[in-house]
Parts: sequence; structure tokens; C-alpha cells
Amino acid sequence: MRVAKEVRDDRTVLSIQEDRIDAHNSGELKDLVLKTLEGGAQNVVIDLARVQFIDSSGLGALLSGYKNANLRSSGFALAGLQPRVRSMFELTRLHRVFDIYPSLQLALSA
Amino acid sequence: MGWAGIEMCETIVNLDIVVPNQTRYLRFVGAIAEQLAKELDVPEETRDTLAYHLNLALTEAVANAIQYSSAANSADSVRISFSVKDANLSVRVFDHGGGFDLAALPTPELDELHERGRGIFFIRSVMDSVQYHKTDSGNVLEMRKKIA
Repeated sequence: MRVAKEVRDDRTVLSIQEDRIDAHNSGELKDLVLKTLEGGAQNVVIDLARVQFIDSSGLGALLSGYKNANLRSSGFALAGLQPRVRSMFELTRLHRVFDIYPSLQLALSA
Repeated sequence: MGWAGIEMCETIVNLDIVVPNQTRYLRFVGAIAEQLAKELDVPEETRDTLAYHLNLALTEAVANAIQYSSAANSADSVRISFSVKDANLSVRVFDHGGGFDLAALPTPELDELHERGRGIFFIRSVMDSVQYHKTDSGNVLEMRKKIA
């Protein structure tokens, strides 16, 4: 999975460079988020602006990140959800669980 | 595929594809499902949503089939069979794994943050019906949807 990692002030931004998160690459995403948290990142922002499709395993990978960040008292936010991707969060009511921002810019200024 | 100008539109599509049971083919399967939706005789305003829903249902169903088949035989393949007659779409996904009991699957407790267990829930959300049969020659997950 192609992901651009960038540290901005106290935030670590993981920008997903794929248009699709499914059972083929969700394991990699989960591992990458875990490694980032284990590496000491205090505030992780996942930029999903390029992602047009996410399946149940992709949501699972993000939930794993959310739960792990909580255990470490780290921040964990999602940004830039496209309409189809957002609809998956709404269907599973996960939009009420995650910290979600319309864009990376808004997530960084929050 | 629709017959413009004929009042009783009849659309008949039968399409079978076989892919290796590897998750790298999920993108391909999803793209075929989207393309099929775009070829169907459905109202313009619902076409994109249908395309997305078929992509999602197929991705989840084939990911399940790959998971079950892989456990049984890593060299296996997954067969997907689309059929459209009139306004009835049926998609069947065949696997040769141990199978599971669809009726025994719990509805996910959405407030519990489990990382797994939402695949069938998504399929049920976007299709009209889902059935799973175990047969001697393998298992089949059948998803139906009225597309008019």
C-alpha cells in the first residue's frame, strides 16, 4: 500500500495514496498505523481524500488504529472522506466513533 | 443491452468469471461489477449507486470466499456468476471451503467496536436478499437485487 507519511508540528499525517482499501491491502494499513503509534506518534491523522472505496476489512483496520491510539492516549483522526467512503461509516454508525474532518487542512487546524 | 423503443424491455445477461483465490483480484472483480451496473437498463440517477453497491457486495462476498477457500486449498479459484433477467439481478459466488451458516451469523452489534464481522452486514444492506447453500460440489452465496 502506498502511503505518504509526514510530520506536521505535533501531528503525524498518513496520506493514503490508493483509491481502494479492501482485504488486499487493509492488513498493511493496520500494521502501518500500529507501527506509527508504536514509534511514539501522539496525534495521528489518516488522510483518506484519495480513497474512493473502502470495505469492511478497511473499516476494521481503521478501528484497530482507533482502539490502539485510545490505549496509548494518542489522538486519532480521519480526514477527507469521499461520499462513498463516508456512507460506509454512516451505515455502521462509525461516524459517531471516529473523529472525522472534512479535509486534512481542517484536521490540522483543529 | 436494453432495446430502445420497445415497451417491454428485457435485459438478459449471463456472465461467468473465475479468478484465482487471491485478494489482489478483488479490485478486478469490483470493477467488473461496476461496469455491469453501468451497462444495465436502470434509471440514470440510480446507476452510480447501483454500481457502487455491486462493487461493495462482490468485494465482500469474494473476500469471504477467498478466505474460506484458502483455508481448504491454496490453489483453488473462485467462480462468480452474474445473471440478469428482466429486472432481476442475481450474483452467485462459489467457494470450496468449509462454508459457514449464514442464518447463525449474528447481526453485528454496531456499538461494539469489533474489527471484523461487517462483511455480510454490508451485503445485506445493499442487496435485497442473501442466501448461502452448502452443496456436495461446493458452497454458493447468492445475492439478489431488483434493479428496476
